[in-house]
Amino acid sequence: MANSATDTLPPAADPATDNPVVGIDQTKGDFSYKVDYEFDAGTGLSEKTVRYISSVKKEAPWILEFRLNALKKFLSMPMPTHWATKDLENIHFDKIRYYLSQGQKPKRTWDEVPDDIKKTFERLGIPEQERKFLAGVEAQFDSEAAYSNIKDLVAKQGVIFANSTEALREHPEIFRKFFGKVIPTGDNKFSALNSAVFSGGSFIYVPKGVKVAQPLQAYFRINAENFGQFERTLIIADEGSEVVYMEGCTAPKFSTSTLHSAVVELVALKGAKIQYITVQNWANNVFNLVTKRGVAHEEAEIKWIDCNIGSRLTMKYPGVVLKGRKARGEVLSIALANDGQHQDTGAKMIHAADETTSNIIAKSISVGQGRSTYRGIVHIPRHLKGCKNNTECDALLINSNSRTDTYPAITVRGDKNATQHEASVSKVNEEMIFYMQSRGLTEGQAMSLAVNGFINDLARQFPMEYSVELKRLIDLEMEGSVG
Amino acid sequence: MSQLEIKDLHVAIGDKPIVRGFTLTIRRGEVHAIMGPNGTGKSTLAKAVAGHPDYTITGGDVLLDGKSILTHEADERARAGLFLAFQYPSDIPGVSIANFLRAAVQARLAEGEELDATAYYQRLYAKMDLLKIDRKFTSRSVNDGFSGGEKKRCEILQMAMLEPKFALMDETDSGLDIDALRIVADGVNALRAAAHPPGILLITHYQRLLDYIVPDHVHVMWDGRIVKSGDKSLALELEAKGYDWVKKEFAAA
Repeated sequence: MANSATDTLPPAADPATDNPVVGIDQTKGDFSYKVDYEFDAGTGLSEKTVRYISSVKKEAPWILEFRLNALKKFLSMPMPTHWATKDLENIHFDKIRYYLSQGQKPKRTWDEVPDDIKKTFERLGIPEQERKFLAGVEAQFDSEAAYSNIKDLVAKQGVIFANSTEALREHPEIFRKFFGKVIPTGDNKFSALNSAVFSGGSFIYVPKGVKVAQPLQAYFRINAENFGQFERTLIIADEGSEVVYMEGCTAPKFSTSTLHSAVVELVALKGAKIQYITVQNWANNVFNLVTKRGVAHEEAEIKWIDCNIGSRLTMKYPGVVLKGRKARGEVLSIALANDGQHQDTGAKMIHAADETTSNIIAKSISVGQGRSTYRGIVHIPRHLKGCKNNTECDALLINSNSRTDTYPAITVRGDKNATQHEASVSKVNEEMIFYMQSRGLTEGQAMSLAVNGFINDLARQFPMEYSVELKRLIDLEMEGSVG
Repeated sequence: MSQLEIKDLHVAIGDKPIVRGFTLTIRRGEVHAIMGPNGTGKSTLAKAVAGHPDYTITGGDVLLDGKSILTHEADERARAGLFLAFQYPSDIPGVSIANFLRAAVQARLAEGEELDATAYYQRLYAKMDLLKIDRKFTSRSVNDGFSGGEKKRCEILQMAMLEPKFALMDETDSGLDIDALRIVADGVNALRAAAHPPGILLITHYQRLLDYIVPDHVHVMWDGRIVKSGDKSLALELEAKGYDWVKKEFAAA
């Protein structure tokens, strides 16, 4: 089975032909290098690829079935370019590697890591060990111990915290029931793609009444598989339980491919609470197309905190289906689009029971030629009573070339429901910058302070270490944006 | 002795000349009041000296301790010891006064040098006590939703913390009622009485402010330059005779 191939990762897309935004170097932050892979599904997507992935993972027949069915859906579905950006057409599916597993340590040394990347790590305060992993010098991040500790600790409470391969193999009775149910395979073309080739991601089950004291972090268990392009995460919080999950980190990420397409499903059973926090910073040649949705049962609560920085195109609309009476859903999101980037983000709130409430606060920052789009759906059908939604979208523009669009679709039927919607667009104006400069701050420092102020009320809800990193990251982004 | 020299300064906005041959030397510790009718170039002078990018210097020079600052950005001038108290300060939503000032103080440290947070807060609270400002004030976002009086007190607090060599105070009295005016003036006077008082250029339209902040020198500005200088009695004379008197005298001269 082991097919030992020596290969070069796909090179970065040619900026001249692939990038509609002229003059932006899409290869910046991209670092591919020669590496040996133990398992490699080759380039392109076919039934053979899917069978290969499934067999490498020694999966049960039902999973292979699930994957093959998903592949058919993926191939038959059109690109959503009738509403989304045409830039999606620039994804070359036949040039992508859908599965890579590193069997050996990569041969890259720390000396080969570009200086600007090293400098960025330093500025962000990333610990030494993690830097090496993030730069692709080490295949295995040396925090396995920390991960095992958390895993063992929560295991005492009966919590299952495993990667998707392991969980489907060892606990099919728990995960099969919910897997692919919140986000059906054919939900969209990219959820179908993920369903066909998924690999990595976390599976978590929290038993009834268990409140997990510390946040579970993907950060502590970064390894080649977890940093995959097509990770799949499923979190089930049983009745009355509580869990916080955090993924990502703010360091620029070593990425093996220009396509990242994850699926995250959350199930909060009666009275359960799930909080899912994402802070990601992608290299700006990456298409980041992610489907995230949760189902909240009676009196349950699901909260998405989502922070998107970087990437060439991010499309992500975390959603909550409010299925049980008095369920609550919340999406707090921050998106920063710098030159050559498009952040197409938003939220979906589907009210399907009485007295359900939802809250959406979305803040976007567009810098230079960066573009931000907010898309939201709030659906409250006529027959429901006592439902409430609050939607706030605020956009901040830094320099006149930036573009921002808002497409809120709020359907509230019936007179026993309430919704309120506020949207604002503001600019960091010259007077504000001059005011700050006249106090001794450089133009870059002034801009980053203005941006940090803009997101302050949201960032405050982030866990401490994330909000500190976020602030540093914004400082870096703003520094680069000043001419 | 530290001094700020403005030499035959000419400033234009676009093609329009506003300041035309303004000359003045301020030594540290001195308070100079600039008076004059609206539209005579007082605010333009202050912003141009502070380094506002919209104002073009078409002639003359500005020297801080003998060195020209005209090629420096606004932030470099600020770090060199210049401070502009704004007539209409901008609001910075989401940024608390404490954090804003902290960033400004940090910006004055050498690269790699970290701010001592405890010492910073001790100093901040000492200045707030000096200016009789409530502790809760600094947790509010800079100027966001502030009354006119609060905005001006915020400016004075910043000035106290940044300890400039020279402060340009642009129409600090505008929009203030008499109580607010007295509070702000008390603040400025407290800074004048400190160990290293700044040199102050006090721009005002009315004599009223000068009852509370007594200047060492008074200058009348007209048509972009100083046309008359004197001591504080000149302000009273202006108050009595009005600006028409200056206009006539200057037209006759």
